[in-house]
Parts: sequence; C-alpha cells; structure tokens
Amino acid sequence: MSESTINIEGAVCAPPLTHNEQIVMGHGAGGRMSHQLIQKAFMSAFDNPALRAGDDAARIESNLHANLAISTDAHVVFPLFFPGGDIGKLAVCGTVNDVAMLGAKPLYLTAGFILEEGLSMETLKQVVASMKSAADEAGVQIVAGDTKVVQKGKADGLYITTAGVGVVREGVTISGANAKAGDAVILSGSIGDHGIAVLAARGELGFQSSLQSDVAPLNHLIDAMMNASSNVHVLRDPTRGGLATTLNEIAAQSNVGILLNEETLPVHPEVAAACEMLGFDPLYVANEGKLVTMVAREDAEKVLSAMRATKYGEGAVIIGEVTAEPRGRVLLKTALGSTRIVDMLAGEMLPRIC
Amino acid sequence: MKYVTEYRDAALVKNVIEEIRRTVTRPWTLMEICGGQTHAIVRHGIDQLLPPEIELVHGPGCPVCVTPLELIDKALAIASQPNVIFCSYGDMLRVPGSGRDLFSVKAQGGDVRVVYSPLDAVALAEKNPDKQVVFFAIGFETTAPPNVMSVLQAQRLGLKNYSVLVSHVRVPPAMKAILGSPHNRVQGFLLAGHVNAVMGYHEYPPFLEEFQIPMVVTGFEPLDIVQGILMTVQLLEAGKIEIGNAYSRAVTFEGLKPAQDTIHKVFMECDRTWRGIGEIPMSGWCLRPEFDEFNAEKRFNVGDIHTKESPLCIAGQILQGLKKPHDCPAFGKECTTENPLGATMVSSEGACAAYYKYGR
Repeated sequence: MSESTINIEGAVCAPPLTHNEQIVMGHGAGGRMSHQLIQKAFMSAFDNPALRAGDDAARIESNLHANLAISTDAHVVFPLFFPGGDIGKLAVCGTVNDVAMLGAKPLYLTAGFILEEGLSMETLKQVVASMKSAADEAGVQIVAGDTKVVQKGKADGLYITTAGVGVVREGVTISGANAKAGDAVILSGSIGDHGIAVLAARGELGFQSSLQSDVAPLNHLIDAMMNASSNVHVLRDPTRGGLATTLNEIAAQSNVGILLNEETLPVHPEVAAACEMLGFDPLYVANEGKLVTMVAREDAEKVLSAMRATKYGEGAVIIGEVTAEPRGRVLLKTALGSTRIVDMLAGEMLPRIC
Repeated sequence: MKYVTEYRDAALVKNVIEEIRRTVTRPWTLMEICGGQTHAIVRHGIDQLLPPEIELVHGPGCPVCVTPLELIDKALAIASQPNVIFCSYGDMLRVPGSGRDLFSVKAQGGDVRVVYSPLDAVALAEKNPDKQVVFFAIGFETTAPPNVMSVLQAQRLGLKNYSVLVSHVRVPPAMKAILGSPHNRVQGFLLAGHVNAVMGYHEYPPFLEEFQIPMVVTGFEPLDIVQGILMTVQLLEAGKIEIGNAYSRAVTFEGLKPAQDTIHKVFMECDRTWRGIGEIPMSGWCLRPEFDEFNAEKRFNVGDIHTKESPLCIAGQILQGLKKPHDCPAFGKECTTENPLGATMVSSEGACAAYYKYGR
C-alpha cells in the first residue's frame, strides 16, 4: 500500500483575513467589518457623548435662543499630506473657519469619509488623529460621521466632507454684504502660502521649498477681534481663487469698491519667488489659515492690535479701504502710483509661459 | 540683489519717467512685441504714468495668441486619441480651437497634462513606454532651446514614444511684416528681451537700413521697461537710427551661441501662419527631416485638418498694433476671459486679456 498524503486531522477551515493593514471593499458594506472600522478608526479617536450614543443622528441638548450658522465643505486635496498639514486638518479648519466667518462660535462638526480601496489604515489613522488635534484646538466636537468605500482609482486615497454648526453671537450680523465705504480692509497675514506649499508637495515646483501651508482654525482670532470692536462688518477666509477672488465677491455683495495698496500686501519672499518663477500671482493663490475683514475706520487700530496679539494674527496688516465707487470693482494702487483692476480668477489658474 | 525688488523700485522708475517727460518734444508711437512686456506694462500701469506724447502699441508677441487655429485643431485631434499623453504649457489649455479646447478634451477623458518644461514630457515618455507622449512645442525663440533639447534628449535615450507638435515663430520676420505694412504707425521698437537673450540682436542691423527706425532691447521689470522707452525716445528725438541695449544684464549682441547652434541643429526655417495675420514666409521653425521620427504631425494622422478663424474676432488687427482691444466691438461683451473668441483674450500674455484683466 502506498503512503497516504491525506491528513484527516488537519485544519480545514479558511476563516477570512481581518484586513488590518488596508481598506478593502468590505469595510464599506455596512456589516461587521464596517462596524469594526468605525470603532477602531473613528469612534475611539473622536470619542464624545453624541458619538457614544451610537444613533443615526447626534442628539444635541440645547436651550439656545440664538441664530445658527451652518456650513459644509468637501475636501479633495492631493497629496493627502503636505508641509504644514494634511487633508484632515484642512477639513476641520475649513469648516470651523466658514462658520466662524459669520461671527458665530463653531460647536459641532460632522465628517463623511469616502475611502479608496487600498488606502492604508496607517494613513487613515494619521488623518483622523490630525482631525482630532485640530478639533481640540478649535474647541469643537465631531459628533456624526459616515464611511463609504469606493473602488481603486475612484478617490485619490481619501475624500472628506464636513458640515459644521455654530451659534451666532447675539446682536451680530457679519456678512459679505455689510462692507461700508470708509471701512478699513485688514488681512490677517501673508498670502499664497498654502497653494505654493501644496504645489511643492506635488513635486511640481522643480525646486526645494521650506514653505508650509498656513492651514489653521481662526475662530479664536475672530473672538479676539469681536471682543475688541462691535464694528466688524465683514469676515471672510480667502481660499481657492485667492484674496483677489474673495475681495471681488465682497465688492459685488456689498455693492462697493475696494482699493488695495500694493505696497502693504504681505507676501512671504519664498511665495513671491515661486510665483515669479512659475508665472502665478499671489493674489490668486489659495490660503487656508487667513482671513480678511472690513472694519469701521475708527476701530481699525483696535482690531489690528487685537489680531497681532493673537495666534494666527501676528502678521495682520491694513491693506486698503472700502470705497463708494467704482461699485463692485476691486482696484489696486501699484507701488509706482498707477491704478489697475484686480479681477476675479477666471477659470483654472494656469502658469504663464514666457 | 534680488532683481525683483531693485527693478521695481518706485523712486527709480519715477526718475526715469521724469527724464522721459523732459526729453520728449513731440508724439511718438512705440511698439513692444513681447506678450510678457505687454502684461507687465498693463499690470504696473506704466502706460498711465508715461507722458501723453508716448503711445504704446502692442505687437504679436504672444506665441499662444499667434498659434494658428488649424494647429490647435490638430493638437485637439492628437490629444483625443487613446494612449496619448498630451503635454503642454498651461496657457494653451484654454485656447479655443474649432468649438473645443484642451480642457474639453481632458474632461472627455483625454490625458492632457500641464508641464513646466518639455523635459518633464520626456520623463513621462520614459516612465510610460506603452503610451505616446506628445509635447506642444510652441513659442518664440525664447522657448526653442528647451524644446529642441527635449528632442535631442529623447533621441539620446532612444525613446520611440516621444514627439513634438511644433508651432514656433520667429520675431524678426514678424517685425518685418509689421514695419513693411502700408498701415504701419510704429516709429520706435522695444525689442523682446528674452528672445534677444537667446538670439542676441545681431539680426537687427539690416532692419535699421531698411526701415529707418531705432530699436532698443528691453527687459520686463518696470524699471527695465521705462529705461527701454527712455532710450528709444532719446534716439528718436536725436534722429538717430541705432540699436540700443537696455537689458544688458541678460542680453549681448551675439546672444547664446550654444543655444543658437542647438536650435539650428534641430530646427530649420519654414513658412508659418500667424493667427489673425496670415502666412509670413520663413517666419517659423520646423523640425528638420532627420528628426521626422519626433514630428507629431507626421506620426499622427492629422494631415487633412484645415480650419479658419471666427469673423467677429479682430485679434489680427490687435496683434499688428492697428487697433487696441477697446476698439473691438466684441471686447468685454461676447468676448471675455471666460468666453474668449480669439487667442489674444485667452492667453494671459494677450493684449485683450491684459486690458480686460487690468484696464477695463
């Protein structure tokens, strides 16, 4: 009789792998794998009473007789990590800032995640940790979320959508429509840092840069400004499209003119150099941790001092004034003394050739 | 010396403008032929600061603007093909062809990429051996050295999947066409500084003979530009027909000989159509036959594409300095930077775009 190769007592069961290293389609199916992912990756990091309740929506106790500020954002930045930040920090700060720009105290955020099949768990953990850190700094809680998984190639690693809710300060109506002729235009710091830092992270610059993104939560800065003056008329954070586009939006909303002083515009030398080489204009490059405000002229110095004494406002500077005419236009007085128009960004910002 | 700071110094610029004011005794019409200079003039409002006697007209110095419609259509046809990675300088993506632009092709799945250097396109060809990589090689003499270098590099690397779609144009024939035109009003010329950095200015003395107008090599920062204008006005006021150099930190009479030799090794002069102007003989550069394997027009079947321009757009007259953007009935209405009818509105170097953006 020949020797048998059958082992009748061996292990016969093939339990599925637990996939701890990377996201697979099963994590998005809504079953046990999804639950485990949510527990391990999100719940433990964001932990708060609303999340722990585990319901379909967060129940928020409230005895507020106040107006709410609500905002939403989608974040698709690539690469996910760049000098000075990552998509997680961007997501939290972006929505915190949008809510705060209404003169509201941001309180709660939601976060929806679209994960690409193959995303490493380590990357996800880092992004979530970054979100928690930004949320703690801003003093907000992430109270609701959602997770989906899409096939490889459909999500650049990870997309995040956030919504934020805040409570508007009593008696406050801050809006892009409230700029008044004579108001001072104040910028909280240098422009163009984020856009150039992301380009550098994509390896597109062709040279090394020590530039960091300026991504930051600005709600505490705004608190300091509003404590200093009750005549803050407009607050806005210039993100995509840059400062130029934001100012054009405000000029149109308020039906006023804005006159900028070129010599006062704060541009980091590295940003200026990168822009010169690539053919970009810092006025159109994205920012993620700056705000522009229009304040009654008599309170400008007070607000400026308050900003300079607060984190993220150290570089604040008056960059111009609101004018009655020409309505809806932003003009710039050049260093040479001539005046030119500052238009909105038309489409994609493309580098100039020669 | 940071150059950017020193050559934008307001006090120095004002001094030169004062000197221009003191020198000028009658009206003069000057032309600058480089899109980068047009852009700088309007962006810094230099035309506002000059005395009213000086009129600046803008020549066809934007390579994006002058690329003929037919070549854009060929580019769109090539970029639409599967397995092609179509690489281009950023500005070209927005130039309208017959009904589409490269953005539309990209949105429909074409692999269209912005590169800052043609050598990036060569690197892509190396990394993607199963794809055809095509670089849209446009420009004046300024971009010719890197464009030809990319062909030589591809040759050195033995790449079989790299080609260039060439639309190079040369400044001297364009100047001849403008100065030789019966409608010409130009009395003094600001020469294109970066073209001259490559080519020198040894090609221009015969022009002094033929057209009897002074020319000054001019740079791009505000101080460079007003200095170039001052030197031109001084020559005009003194009745001197000479060539001056106001950009000597970058330009010599001979130019960069190694660059010129490399260009002539790969390119030969050929007839070229300029959008809005028409065909100017021997005004372009094309690949020499020995580099046929890198010629995208030969590699891809685009020989039977023939197209014409929109009737509304007067870009041609603007490019020749006969009209200003404000003279165009469509300016700011049917034709804006969001909906450009012609290339002078599309390109950030174009006169119409500069006026629309900075001077409305």
